[in-house]
Amino acid sequence: MKDSIRIERAVLDVATMFKRCLLLSLRSLDALFTSIAQPILLMLLFVYVFGGAVDVGGMSYVNYIVPGVILQCIGQCATTTAISINNDMKRGIIDRFRSMPIAKSSVLTGHALSAVVRNIVTTSLVIGLALLIGFRPAAGIVQWFIIIGILLLFMLAITWISIIFGLIANSAESASSFAVVTIVLPYLSSGFVTTETMPAALRVFAENQPMTPIIETIRSLLMNATMDANFLPAIMWCVGMLVVAYIGAVMIYQHKAS
Amino acid sequence: MNQAEPIITVSSLEKSFKGLRVLKGVGFTINKGSIFAMLGSNGAGKTTTVKILSTLIKPDGGKAEICGYDVVRQSMKVCEHISLTGQYAAVDEALTGRENLRMIGALHHLPDRNEKADELLEAFNLVDAGGRLVSTYSGGMRRRLDLAMSLLGNPAVIFLDEPTTGLDPQSRLAMWKTIKSLANAGTTVFLTTQYLEEAEQLADRIAILHDGVIVAEGTPGALKKRIPQGTIELTFYNEGEIEKACDLLKEYQVNKYMEMLTITIMTDGSVKQLTDILNHINNAGISVSGFTQKLPTLEEVFLKLVNDKEEER
Repeated sequence: MKDSIRIERAVLDVATMFKRCLLLSLRSLDALFTSIAQPILLMLLFVYVFGGAVDVGGMSYVNYIVPGVILQCIGQCATTTAISINNDMKRGIIDRFRSMPIAKSSVLTGHALSAVVRNIVTTSLVIGLALLIGFRPAAGIVQWFIIIGILLLFMLAITWISIIFGLIANSAESASSFAVVTIVLPYLSSGFVTTETMPAALRVFAENQPMTPIIETIRSLLMNATMDANFLPAIMWCVGMLVVAYIGAVMIYQHKAS
Repeated sequence: MNQAEPIITVSSLEKSFKGLRVLKGVGFTINKGSIFAMLGSNGAGKTTTVKILSTLIKPDGGKAEICGYDVVRQSMKVCEHISLTGQYAAVDEALTGRENLRMIGALHHLPDRNEKADELLEAFNLVDAGGRLVSTYSGGMRRRLDLAMSLLGNPAVIFLDEPTTGLDPQSRLAMWKTIKSLANAGTTVFLTTQYLEEAEQLADRIAILHDGVIVAEGTPGALKKRIPQGTIELTFYNEGEIEKACDLLKEYQVNKYMEMLTITIMTDGSVKQLTDILNHINNAGISVSGFTQKLPTLEEVFLKLVNDKEEER
């Protein structure tokens, strides 16, 4: 009985924090705009400037890069999360939350959930625009559900990693450097060119980093409506990153004396 | 309500940061419904004490209990009875005043949080600003909102870490009034301050923290007797007149600064002493070219107390 009340209260606390973070996101529209504009501009750049010169094995280039662009878009959103966590940690409000009788993890979970909402909005916009410029997926309902599932897992994983960045960064500026990781990693994968064209060392890295199996799985589901051998590694990467990042973030949050 | 009932008991509290000892065995007791002021300069350890008592950081040694709960082992219980208003207004800038209050009300699971929020806006003179983003508030308004947010959980103990630092005189007076009314309503107030005057105006008991140690503790009246209440400074036209004046003021503690033709005289701050000194000078026909009265700085108080302590040994 006592436990059920505690759980109910924890859920309510998370809901309150979620609402708070959503309001904060709505009040900083410029950050939301950046996280939409950047991947969209990059997508247009790649499709129209480089697209003609890149051979990706018969597939139209816009169809090829959509998964990579989506991952970058999610990464850009995560940077916003890192910055807002960092802002919270530096301000007095965090001390108030920490000295209140609330579920201690609700502050971080609220950020994570609102980040997922922002991700869903921006990712939908990116996919919408891709459709306008010639993206023609072959996926059916079932494949779309699987894609959405993988993307949600990836969003959560990247978000919790960004929370760690936000917690340990000294300033909002250094928290924003998380963007370097999330923007560059998809380039060093099969997101924009096939890995066969890369120098040997880079190719080894590209084929063994998490972005490649995730991108390959999504692309295969989108374009061929099939699941290939990359599916399992993709899921394992997402779940692994999520679990490690979640535990790490909660531990850092609890031990960090502000 | 029993006035002598202790609500906070602290003994031999210790805390170091990276080898630097910030608290070196701090102890005190605070009675229910009283205002306790911890007075000290920057770096004395005031904020560290507040952070330990409000469960934000753990002490290295010693013991602290609030409402009978240990701040380390029963931190969640302690959280239910306290409220912290930190040095920097703990408000959400991107939310409105009303949204801030409702959010904290929701975290306290208050069913009537919307009504409570409006009541507090009213009580803290923020009704017109309630719908505006806090980023547009003045320093005084932020502190008021901050305090209003702290009251939502109906805490037994409220911690105010330098509640008036950076406020203009008018806002400071308003804040003092609010703090007094809190204590009158039965809330125990623990406040830290750098200002002697503030501690004197508000507190039932004052503890002076210096370099991680409480160098003096007591009621404002008792402490006042131990610290210099101020000095007056007199400037003369020539050295002869200084000598004459010093002869007349033998019963006071006088320091001479010949090259500046100035003397300083320690007083207890009373009008009686002041008139006595000036009468002596005036009756002897000594002409004075300059007169200033100086209030004791916190530094002088510390030096006096620290010196006294060393003399006792």
